[in-house]
Amino acid sequence: MISYQSFEAWWWPYVFIAIAGWLATDIWRWLGVLIGNRLKQDSAALTWVRSVATALLAAVIAKLVLYPVGELQNVPVSVRLVAVAAGFAAFLISGKRIWVGIAVALGLLAGGQFLTGALIDAG
Amino acid sequence: MTVHQGGGATYWFLKGARGIASLPAIILMSAFVGFCGFAVEAGVPLGETVFMTGMIWALPAKVLLVGSILAGVSLPAAFLTVALSSIRLMPMVAALIPEIRTQKTPTWLLLLLSHFVAITAYVFTMERIRNVPYEHRVSFFAGFGMTVTTANIILVAVIYSTVANLPAMVAGALFFLTPVYFLTSIWASTRDRAGHIAMVVGLALGPLFHQVAPEFDILYAGVVGGTLAFIIDRVWKGGART
Repeated sequence: MISYQSFEAWWWPYVFIAIAGWLATDIWRWLGVLIGNRLKQDSAALTWVRSVATALLAAVIAKLVLYPVGELQNVPVSVRLVAVAAGFAAFLISGKRIWVGIAVALGLLAGGQFLTGALIDAG
Repeated sequence: MTVHQGGGATYWFLKGARGIASLPAIILMSAFVGFCGFAVEAGVPLGETVFMTGMIWALPAKVLLVGSILAGVSLPAAFLTVALSSIRLMPMVAALIPEIRTQKTPTWLLLLLSHFVAITAYVFTMERIRNVPYEHRVSFFAGFGMTVTTANIILVAVIYSTVANLPAMVAGALFFLTPVYFLTSIWASTRDRAGHIAMVVGLALGPLFHQVAPEFDILYAGVVGGTLAFIIDRVWKGGART
């Protein structure tokens, strides 16, 4: 099977990215335009489509917190969950101020990282 | 032609472009710093990383593509992985289009502009579009989408050589910023009850379906959770009326 490493030519990785990246994402955007063109504002169908889009995004959020990539994997899952929950609570209490939620969540994450680091050092 | 207060298409395009200085755009740029670090770590060269940023644009799809390249999978397998994870773009675009188009907007223009739809552009536009007159909404979206995409292409090209030296704590915070920002901003920009129910159900179903069907978890959580939220909202409305 042909893969990213299959050909030495300089242009091959770009073709690979264009097919597996650009085409694989933009076909859905184009389909979305064709469907969206038929949806009327304030219709039940649009409410359903919007609900599906929102639930999809919520699932992405949950996965980013529970199964992260990169450096975040080294932070305990309990710290991540407490930080995001407290951040969301602060966001609601502050009258839906987004920056308050982010500040609280990031502050707790940094504090949690610092504490777990200190605990590991103390053995 | 009706004359509106606050200028024409150029004015609204620039107003959208000014969204580059907004919280969503700044957070997205921080997330791109994180992605760039990931690409460097994976050994993807500068030219290809920049190309990916412009051509794919959606961040999760790029992370998956770099993962596929790292794993050395075949072209069809990489295509399928990225395509399956990107189905979510379809309902997002379908929900956005009725908000920004008018009867006169040509379909080819919407097809072209749809490339700039990703989670950040969706959230930004849904939050602010109500304050933009109908005939200028496409210009407003184009201004934001094109500016933010171009800015991130430049950002990735500029930081590529220095990003590897990021401290671990900063890198962790950059990856955490995205979910917290999405959670709060989508909640704040959701106007209907069905949307709030969908959010809660989706948060619960995402990890649940991840245990059952990790390949399709996002898709299942979206369709099942969104439909469930839609039905709950209908029943709730019906109950209130009687």
